[in-house]
Amino acid sequence: MLHTINKSPFENSTLTTAVRFLQPGDPILFIEDGVYAVQEGNRFGALIQSVLKKNNPVYALKPDLDARGISAVAEGVTTVDYAGFVDLVEEHQVNSWL
Amino acid sequence: MDTDIKKIMHVMRRAPHGSIYTYEGLEMILIMAAYEQDLSLVFIGDGIYALKKNQDTAGIGIKGFSRTFMALDGYDVEKLYVDRQSLEERGLTEDDLVVDVEVMEASEIGQLMTEQDVIIHH
Amino acid sequence: MNIGILLKEGPYNHQASDTAYKFAEAAIAKGHKVDAVFLYNDGVNNATRLGDPPQDDRNVAARWSELAQNNGFKVLACIAASKRRGINDDVLIDGGEITGLGTLTDIAIRNDRLLTFGD
Repeated sequence: MLHTINKSPFENSTLTTAVRFLQPGDPILFIEDGVYAVQEGNRFGALIQSVLKKNNPVYALKPDLDARGISAVAEGVTTVDYAGFVDLVEEHQVNSWL
Repeated sequence: MDTDIKKIMHVMRRAPHGSIYTYEGLEMILIMAAYEQDLSLVFIGDGIYALKKNQDTAGIGIKGFSRTFMALDGYDVEKLYVDRQSLEERGLTEDDLVVDVEVMEASEIGQLMTEQDVIIHH
Repeated sequence: MNIGILLKEGPYNHQASDTAYKFAEAAIAKGHKVDAVFLYNDGVNNATRLGDPPQDDRNVAARWSELAQNNGFKVLACIAASKRRGINDDVLIDGGEITGLGTLTDIAIRNDRLLTFGD
Protein backbone atom coordinates (compact mmCIF):
# COMPACT_ATOMS: atom_id res chain seq x y z
CA MET A 1 0.00 0.00 0.00
CA LEU A 2 1.46 3.33 -1.14
CA HIS A 3 0.75 6.18 1.29
CA THR A 4 0.83 9.70 -0.14
CA ILE A 5 1.11 12.70 2.16
CA ASN A 6 0.51 16.24 0.92
CA LYS A 7 0.63 18.33 4.12
CA SER A 8 3.56 20.15 5.71
CA PRO A 9 4.36 18.30 8.95
CA PHE A 10 5.02 21.64 10.64
CA GLU A 11 1.38 22.70 10.67
CA ASN A 12 -0.52 19.44 10.26
CA SER A 13 -0.38 16.06 12.01
CA THR A 14 -1.06 13.95 8.90
CA LEU A 15 2.49 12.59 8.74
CA THR A 16 2.68 11.62 12.41
CA THR A 17 -0.79 10.09 12.16
CA ALA A 18 -0.11 8.16 8.95
CA VAL A 19 3.10 6.54 10.23
CA ARG A 20 1.12 4.88 13.05
CA PHE A 21 -0.84 2.96 10.40
CA LEU A 22 2.10 1.96 8.18
CA GLN A 23 2.57 -1.74 7.58
CA PRO A 24 6.00 -3.30 6.97
CA GLY A 25 7.22 -2.50 3.47
CA ASP A 26 4.58 0.15 2.74
CA PRO A 27 6.20 3.04 0.84
CA ILE A 28 5.45 6.72 1.60
CA LEU A 29 5.43 9.33 -1.15
CA PHE A 30 5.53 12.99 -0.17
CA ILE A 31 3.84 15.37 -2.59
CA GLU A 32 2.79 19.05 -2.60
CA ASP A 33 3.48 20.69 0.81
CA GLY A 34 4.20 17.22 2.18
CA VAL A 35 7.73 17.42 0.73
CA TYR A 36 8.79 19.83 3.49
CA ALA A 37 9.02 16.72 5.69
CA VAL A 38 12.17 15.52 3.92
CA GLN A 39 14.23 18.70 3.78
CA GLU A 40 17.66 17.80 5.16
CA GLY A 41 18.36 19.02 8.69
CA ASN A 42 14.77 19.72 9.78
CA ARG A 43 13.25 18.35 12.97
CA PHE A 44 11.51 15.47 11.18
CA GLY A 45 14.83 13.87 10.21
CA ALA A 46 14.69 11.35 13.06
CA LEU A 47 11.13 10.34 12.16
CA ILE A 48 12.07 9.85 8.51
CA GLN A 49 15.08 7.72 9.51
CA SER A 50 12.94 5.57 11.83
CA VAL A 51 10.46 4.98 8.99
CA LEU A 52 13.32 3.98 6.66
CA LYS A 53 14.77 1.65 9.32
CA LYS A 54 11.46 -0.23 9.47
CA ASN A 55 11.89 -1.00 5.77
CA ASN A 56 9.35 1.55 4.61
CA PRO A 57 10.80 3.23 1.51
CA VAL A 58 10.44 7.01 1.43
CA TYR A 59 9.93 8.94 -1.81
CA ALA A 60 9.43 12.63 -2.54
CA LEU A 61 8.07 14.18 -5.73
CA LYS A 62 10.96 16.11 -7.28
CA PRO A 63 8.91 18.76 -9.11
CA ASP A 64 7.36 19.66 -5.72
CA LEU A 65 10.80 19.78 -4.07
CA ASP A 66 12.14 21.97 -6.90
CA ALA A 67 9.14 24.28 -6.72
CA ARG A 68 9.86 24.85 -3.02
CA GLY A 69 13.61 25.36 -3.33
CA ILE A 70 14.49 22.11 -1.55
CA SER A 71 17.69 20.75 -3.06
CA ALA A 72 19.00 18.65 -0.17
CA VAL A 73 16.78 15.84 1.12
CA ALA A 74 17.24 13.58 4.13
CA GLU A 75 19.51 10.58 3.63
CA GLY A 76 17.76 7.54 2.19
CA VAL A 77 14.93 9.48 0.56
CA THR A 78 14.43 8.76 -3.15
CA THR A 79 13.16 11.46 -5.46
CA VAL A 80 10.76 10.64 -8.30
CA ASP A 81 9.10 12.60 -11.08
CA TYR A 82 5.43 12.22 -12.08
CA ALA A 83 6.34 9.16 -14.19
CA GLY A 84 7.93 7.64 -11.07
CA PHE A 85 4.72 8.45 -9.16
CA VAL A 86 2.80 6.50 -11.82
CA ASP A 87 5.20 3.54 -11.45
CA LEU A 88 4.65 3.46 -7.68
CA VAL A 89 0.88 3.48 -8.25
CA GLU A 90 1.26 0.59 -10.67
CA GLU A 91 3.13 -1.42 -8.02
CA HIS A 92 0.82 -0.61 -5.10
CA GLN A 93 -2.75 0.17 -4.16
CA VAL A 94 -2.94 3.77 -2.95
CA ASN A 95 -3.89 5.41 0.33
CA SER A 96 -3.95 9.21 -0.17
CA TRP A 97 -3.86 10.81 3.28
CA LEU A 98 -5.61 14.10 2.59
CA MET B 1 -9.41 -6.75 -12.57
CA ASP B 2 -12.09 -9.27 -11.80
CA THR B 3 -15.67 -8.33 -11.10
CA ASP B 4 -15.71 -9.63 -7.54
CA ILE B 5 -16.92 -7.44 -4.72
CA LYS B 6 -14.47 -4.62 -4.03
CA LYS B 7 -13.25 -3.63 -0.61
CA ILE B 8 -13.79 0.12 -0.28
CA MET B 9 -12.72 1.95 2.88
CA HIS B 10 -13.85 5.47 3.76
CA VAL B 11 -11.59 7.25 6.21
CA MET B 12 -13.20 10.09 8.16
CA ARG B 13 -10.48 12.47 9.33
CA ARG B 14 -12.14 15.87 9.81
CA ALA B 15 -14.34 17.46 12.41
CA PRO B 16 -17.94 17.66 11.22
CA HIS B 17 -19.05 21.28 10.78
CA GLY B 18 -15.93 23.39 10.22
CA SER B 19 -15.79 22.02 6.68
CA ILE B 20 -18.15 20.05 4.46
CA TYR B 21 -15.88 17.03 3.93
CA THR B 22 -17.52 14.72 6.47
CA TYR B 23 -21.06 15.59 5.39
CA GLU B 24 -20.41 15.11 1.67
CA GLY B 25 -18.36 12.03 2.54
CA LEU B 26 -21.40 10.59 4.26
CA GLU B 27 -23.53 11.32 1.18
CA MET B 28 -20.99 9.38 -0.90
CA ILE B 29 -21.05 6.46 1.52
CA LEU B 30 -24.87 6.26 1.46
CA ILE B 31 -24.87 5.97 -2.35
CA MET B 32 -22.03 3.44 -2.41
CA ALA B 33 -23.86 1.37 0.19
CA ALA B 34 -26.53 0.61 -2.41
CA TYR B 35 -23.96 -1.09 -4.64
CA GLU B 36 -23.36 -4.06 -2.35
CA GLN B 37 -19.60 -3.67 -2.14
CA ASP B 38 -17.56 -4.49 0.98
CA LEU B 39 -17.67 -1.05 2.63
CA SER B 40 -15.97 0.00 5.82
CA LEU B 41 -15.70 3.32 7.66
CA VAL B 42 -12.71 4.28 9.75
CA PHE B 43 -12.64 7.26 12.10
CA ILE B 44 -9.20 8.72 12.72
CA GLY B 45 -8.22 12.01 14.39
CA ASP B 46 -10.88 14.71 14.34
CA GLY B 47 -13.06 12.41 12.23
CA ILE B 48 -14.23 10.90 15.51
CA TYR B 49 -15.99 14.14 16.44
CA ALA B 50 -18.54 13.41 13.69
CA LEU B 51 -19.88 10.64 15.95
CA LYS B 52 -20.08 12.74 19.13
CA LYS B 53 -23.42 12.59 20.94
CA ASN B 54 -25.50 15.70 21.68
CA GLN B 55 -24.53 17.78 18.66
CA ASP B 56 -26.96 20.68 18.17
CA THR B 57 -26.26 22.67 15.01
CA ALA B 58 -29.38 24.87 15.17
CA GLY B 59 -27.37 27.86 16.35
CA ILE B 60 -24.84 27.77 13.50
CA GLY B 61 -27.45 27.36 10.78
CA ILE B 62 -25.93 24.21 9.33
CA LYS B 63 -27.87 20.98 8.95
CA GLY B 64 -26.75 18.38 11.47
CA PHE B 65 -26.05 14.86 10.31
CA SER B 66 -24.66 12.85 13.22
CA ARG B 67 -27.93 10.90 13.34
CA THR B 68 -27.42 9.83 9.72
CA PHE B 69 -24.57 7.64 10.90
CA MET B 70 -27.20 5.73 12.89
CA ALA B 71 -28.97 4.93 9.60
CA LEU B 72 -25.93 3.19 8.11
CA ASP B 73 -26.90 -0.03 9.84
CA GLY B 74 -30.06 -0.08 7.71
CA TYR B 75 -27.87 0.03 4.59
CA ASP B 76 -25.90 -2.98 5.84
CA VAL B 77 -22.86 -0.80 6.53
CA GLU B 78 -21.74 -2.39 9.76
CA LYS B 79 -17.98 -2.06 9.70
CA LEU B 80 -17.32 1.09 11.70
CA TYR B 81 -13.83 1.26 13.17
CA VAL B 82 -12.37 3.87 15.50
CA ASP B 83 -8.66 4.44 16.12
CA ARG B 84 -8.10 3.93 19.86
CA GLN B 85 -5.38 6.55 20.23
CA SER B 86 -7.47 9.24 18.48
CA LEU B 87 -10.41 8.47 20.78
CA GLU B 88 -8.34 8.53 23.96
CA GLU B 89 -6.41 11.67 23.01
CA ARG B 90 -9.73 13.48 22.77
CA GLY B 91 -10.85 12.35 26.19
CA LEU B 92 -13.71 10.36 24.68
CA THR B 93 -14.97 6.82 25.13
CA GLU B 94 -17.34 4.64 23.10
CA ASP B 95 -20.18 5.88 25.32
CA ASP B 96 -19.74 9.38 23.87
CA LEU B 97 -20.51 8.16 20.34
CA VAL B 98 -23.91 7.94 18.59
CA VAL B 99 -23.28 4.52 17.05
CA ASP B 100 -21.71 1.21 18.01
CA VAL B 101 -18.15 1.06 16.75
CA GLU B 102 -15.22 -1.28 17.05
CA VAL B 103 -12.29 0.45 18.72
CA MET B 104 -9.05 -0.82 17.21
CA GLU B 105 -5.32 -0.30 17.40
CA ALA B 106 -3.66 1.60 14.54
CA SER B 107 -1.70 -1.53 13.59
CA GLU B 108 -4.95 -3.48 13.13
CA ILE B 109 -6.53 -0.70 11.07
CA GLY B 110 -3.29 -0.44 9.07
CA GLN B 111 -3.55 -4.15 8.30
CA LEU B 112 -7.16 -3.67 7.10
CA MET B 113 -5.97 -0.81 4.89
CA THR B 114 -3.55 -3.11 3.07
CA GLU B 115 -6.48 -5.39 2.19
CA GLN B 116 -8.49 -2.65 0.46
CA ASP B 117 -9.00 -2.11 -3.25
CA VAL B 118 -9.94 1.54 -2.74
CA ILE B 119 -9.41 3.96 0.16
CA ILE B 120 -11.05 7.39 0.17
CA HIS B 121 -10.24 9.99 2.82
CA HIS B 122 -12.86 12.60 3.61
CA MET C 1 -3.46 -0.22 -15.77
CA ASN C 2 -6.86 1.46 -15.77
CA ILE C 3 -7.10 4.47 -13.50
CA GLY C 4 -9.96 6.47 -12.05
CA ILE C 5 -9.23 9.84 -10.48
CA LEU C 6 -11.27 11.42 -7.68
CA LEU C 7 -10.57 15.15 -7.38
CA LYS C 8 -11.92 16.79 -4.24
CA GLU C 9 -10.58 20.32 -4.44
CA GLY C 10 -11.23 23.24 -6.78
CA PRO C 11 -8.65 24.87 -9.04
CA TYR C 12 -6.08 27.48 -7.87
CA ASN C 13 -6.95 27.49 -4.16
CA HIS C 14 -5.06 24.22 -3.73
CA GLN C 15 -2.47 22.33 -5.76
CA ALA C 16 -4.60 19.15 -5.85
CA SER C 17 -6.01 19.74 -9.33
CA ASP C 18 -2.55 20.52 -10.73
CA THR C 19 -1.06 17.35 -9.20
CA ALA C 20 -3.95 15.24 -10.47
CA TYR C 21 -3.47 16.71 -13.95
CA LYS C 22 0.28 16.10 -13.98
CA PHE C 23 -0.28 12.56 -12.74
CA ALA C 24 -2.92 11.87 -15.41
CA GLU C 25 -0.67 13.28 -18.12
CA ALA C 26 2.26 11.11 -16.99
CA ALA C 27 0.07 7.99 -16.72
CA ILE C 28 -1.25 8.49 -20.25
CA ALA C 29 2.30 9.08 -21.54
CA LYS C 30 3.30 5.72 -20.07
CA GLY C 31 0.46 3.96 -21.88
CA HIS C 32 -1.99 3.65 -19.00
CA LYS C 33 -5.67 4.41 -19.41
CA VAL C 34 -7.37 7.22 -17.51
CA ASP C 35 -10.96 6.01 -17.35
CA ALA C 36 -12.54 9.12 -15.81
CA VAL C 37 -11.92 12.09 -13.55
CA PHE C 38 -14.69 12.44 -10.98
CA LEU C 39 -15.09 15.83 -9.30
CA TYR C 40 -16.39 16.01 -5.73
CA ASN C 41 -16.64 18.62 -2.95
CA ASP C 42 -15.29 21.94 -4.30
CA GLY C 43 -13.62 19.86 -7.01
CA VAL C 44 -16.72 20.44 -9.15
CA ASN C 45 -15.37 23.97 -9.71
CA ASN C 46 -12.83 22.41 -12.08
CA ALA C 47 -15.70 21.81 -14.51
CA THR C 48 -16.73 25.40 -15.22
CA ARG C 49 -15.45 27.06 -18.38
CA LEU C 50 -16.23 30.51 -16.96
CA GLY C 51 -12.88 30.84 -15.23
CA ASP C 52 -10.65 33.41 -16.90
CA PRO C 53 -7.18 33.39 -15.32
CA PRO C 54 -4.46 35.85 -16.39
CA GLN C 55 -2.74 34.89 -19.65
CA ASP C 56 0.56 34.06 -17.96
CA ASP C 57 -1.14 31.50 -15.67
CA ARG C 58 -2.41 28.01 -16.54
CA ASN C 59 -6.11 27.60 -17.25
CA VAL C 60 -6.89 24.57 -15.10
CA ALA C 61 -10.37 23.86 -16.48
CA ALA C 62 -9.32 24.31 -20.12
CA ARG C 63 -6.36 22.03 -19.57
CA TRP C 64 -8.58 19.27 -18.15
CA SER C 65 -11.00 19.74 -21.03
CA GLU C 66 -8.25 19.28 -23.60
CA LEU C 67 -6.65 16.27 -21.88
CA ALA C 68 -10.04 14.58 -21.53
CA GLN C 69 -11.07 15.12 -25.14
CA ASN C 70 -7.68 14.07 -26.53
CA ASN C 71 -7.65 10.87 -24.50
CA GLY C 72 -11.24 9.72 -24.57
CA PHE C 73 -12.28 10.23 -20.95
CA LYS C 74 -14.87 12.44 -19.28
CA VAL C 75 -14.51 14.99 -16.50
CA LEU C 76 -17.50 14.07 -14.34
CA ALA C 77 -18.94 16.50 -11.82
CA CYS C 78 -21.06 15.07 -9.01
CA ILE C 79 -24.60 16.39 -9.43
CA ALA C 80 -25.31 16.94 -5.73
CA ALA C 81 -22.00 18.76 -5.17
CA SER C 82 -22.53 20.75 -8.39
CA LYS C 83 -26.03 21.90 -7.49
CA ARG C 84 -24.76 23.21 -4.17
CA ARG C 85 -22.12 25.25 -5.95
CA GLY C 86 -23.96 26.52 -9.01
CA ILE C 87 -22.28 24.27 -11.53
CA ASN C 88 -24.69 23.18 -14.29
CA ASP C 89 -24.76 22.15 -17.96
CA ASP C 90 -24.71 25.81 -19.07
CA VAL C 91 -21.21 26.43 -17.71
CA LEU C 92 -19.65 23.01 -18.29
CA ILE C 93 -16.32 22.58 -20.11
CA ASP C 94 -16.24 20.46 -23.28
CA GLY C 95 -15.57 16.91 -22.18
CA GLY C 96 -17.37 17.59 -18.92
CA GLU C 97 -20.56 15.94 -17.74
CA ILE C 98 -22.74 16.09 -14.66
CA THR C 99 -23.51 12.73 -13.14
CA GLY C 100 -24.32 10.95 -9.89
CA LEU C 101 -22.28 9.27 -7.18
CA GLY C 102 -23.34 5.91 -8.58
CA THR C 103 -21.02 6.64 -11.49
CA LEU C 104 -18.15 7.13 -9.03
CA THR C 105 -18.98 3.76 -7.51
CA ASP C 106 -18.85 2.15 -10.97
CA ILE C 107 -15.48 3.86 -11.57
CA ALA C 108 -14.19 2.48 -8.25
CA ILE C 109 -15.39 -1.00 -9.16
CA ARG C 110 -14.18 -1.26 -12.75
CA ASN C 111 -10.67 0.23 -12.50
CA ASP C 112 -7.39 -1.11 -11.17
CA ARG C 113 -6.90 2.05 -9.14
CA LEU C 114 -8.97 4.93 -7.83
CA LEU C 115 -6.65 7.76 -6.83
CA THR C 116 -7.81 10.61 -4.65
CA PHE C 117 -6.41 14.13 -4.86
CA GLY C 118 -7.55 16.88 -2.53
CA ASP C 119 -6.75 19.07 0.45
